[in-house]
Amino acid sequence: MGLTELIEVLSSDTAIQVIASIVKILIVLVLCLQVPPLMVWAERRAPAMMQRRKGPNRVGLFKFRLYGLLQSAADAVKLIFKEEVVPRGANKAVYHIAPIFGVFTAMMVACAIPYGNDISVFGQKVSLSPIHLDVGFLFIFAISSLAVYAVTLAGWASNNKYSLLGSLRASAQMISYEIPLGMSLIPLVVIFGTLDLNKMVLAQSAYPWSWGVVKAPISFLLFLVCMFAETNRAPFDLAEGESELVAGFHTEFNSAKFAAFFLSEYVAMFVLSCLAATVFFGGWQTPFIPYETLLSLLGGMEWLAALAGFVCLIVKAAFFMWVYVWVRWTLPRFRYDQLMSLGWKFMLPVGLVNLLVTTLVVAFIENAGRH
Amino acid sequence: MNPYLPVLIVLLLGVGLGGILSGLAHFVGPRKPNRIKEEPFECGVPAVGEKDKMSVKFYLTAILFILFDIETVFLYLWAMTFRDLGWFGIAEIIVFLVVLFGGYIYVVKRGALEWD
Repeated sequence: MGLTELIEVLSSDTAIQVIASIVKILIVLVLCLQVPPLMVWAERRAPAMMQRRKGPNRVGLFKFRLYGLLQSAADAVKLIFKEEVVPRGANKAVYHIAPIFGVFTAMMVACAIPYGNDISVFGQKVSLSPIHLDVGFLFIFAISSLAVYAVTLAGWASNNKYSLLGSLRASAQMISYEIPLGMSLIPLVVIFGTLDLNKMVLAQSAYPWSWGVVKAPISFLLFLVCMFAETNRAPFDLAEGESELVAGFHTEFNSAKFAAFFLSEYVAMFVLSCLAATVFFGGWQTPFIPYETLLSLLGGMEWLAALAGFVCLIVKAAFFMWVYVWVRWTLPRFRYDQLMSLGWKFMLPVGLVNLLVTTLVVAFIENAGRH
Repeated sequence: MNPYLPVLIVLLLGVGLGGILSGLAHFVGPRKPNRIKEEPFECGVPAVGEKDKMSVKFYLTAILFILFDIETVFLYLWAMTFRDLGWFGIAEIIVFLVVLFGGYIYVVKRGALEWD
């Protein structure tokens, strides 16, 4: 095949779309790999600040200490070079598969977030979420539910009763809170009338008073609680209650497999933070500057506007990541029965009532507008 | 381009990434297995007690989850078509939710959600 033919094939519309989507996917995956080290660092520095101690501050590059920013990189390298010990009696196949499950589900959901408005590349409209489906919401729920398997299989396969207990607790907790999580977002679908996340961001516009959090505040509170429960984070971190379960489902996982669980946990937190920002806080919209105005301010350069949108989304998501850390060092752990009754006996009915009230209000407002 | 093609690409890349990451230590790290090291970890003492016993509560939670989660999926579909269905749709969904809520109250009254 000659060079001109190759160029012709590569510049066809389908090829541009395929290449663009591969590039987008790689960018998001690389981005996801940056989240855990930064987050682990933040999670060790922030409590140090709160408790008036120093936290990691040594590891740096040559003589620049960078506030210990490279500590997590050093930890990751250390973990990879550790010996891998598989416990006796473990189910080998499942033991090796479980961390992979965690990583790929987290990555897939991360790819479904819209990181900016559509841009045109060589005359082709390219959406800035690597996986752009018109049922984005359902896709995110479907795939993020698969994360339960990672936890369940990990605990079951490692032939340790504490692992099994931790994984049972974690999976029961995750599936219980998935119902209020789903329920809390239905009012948003009712209000904005779409399951497409990018369309939802567009419908929220740049002005904070038309964002999801103003239109459905109860939904936001429910979602916020579910965020913590879904990722097994404090105050709902019963899955790894150290004082009773050693470390929960990943007790028997060490070296790089432990790092893989870390990775998937932090990416899952990042994805939920991005989802909260997207659904309730206008996603990539720059506050108070509508997209068209931003575009004309930047001289019509879509790349710059997309970059600005991306920065806005990351800042909003970073706020939620901070909330994760903040809550962890503020609230004590729940008891398991309290956790379950909060989910089933409080959040579920509140979610249902919230849905009904929102629906009726929306219906009345739109009916009134028609007359 | 089929919008589900990226899903496949991400799936392959994600599984590959997870596989490389969790397989890395297998090839890079040292391997000096011995009997004591491979024992399931229980704070240093020999493992005691039965492993495979679990509370029946977990099964119950899973069953209830399936019921209520499917209901959530129905609600999504309804929420999408909410504007086209109008008041008829709202009335229907209220009937649906009342029936569901009846079941929920039954479950609560029977104590299926109690943990003790």
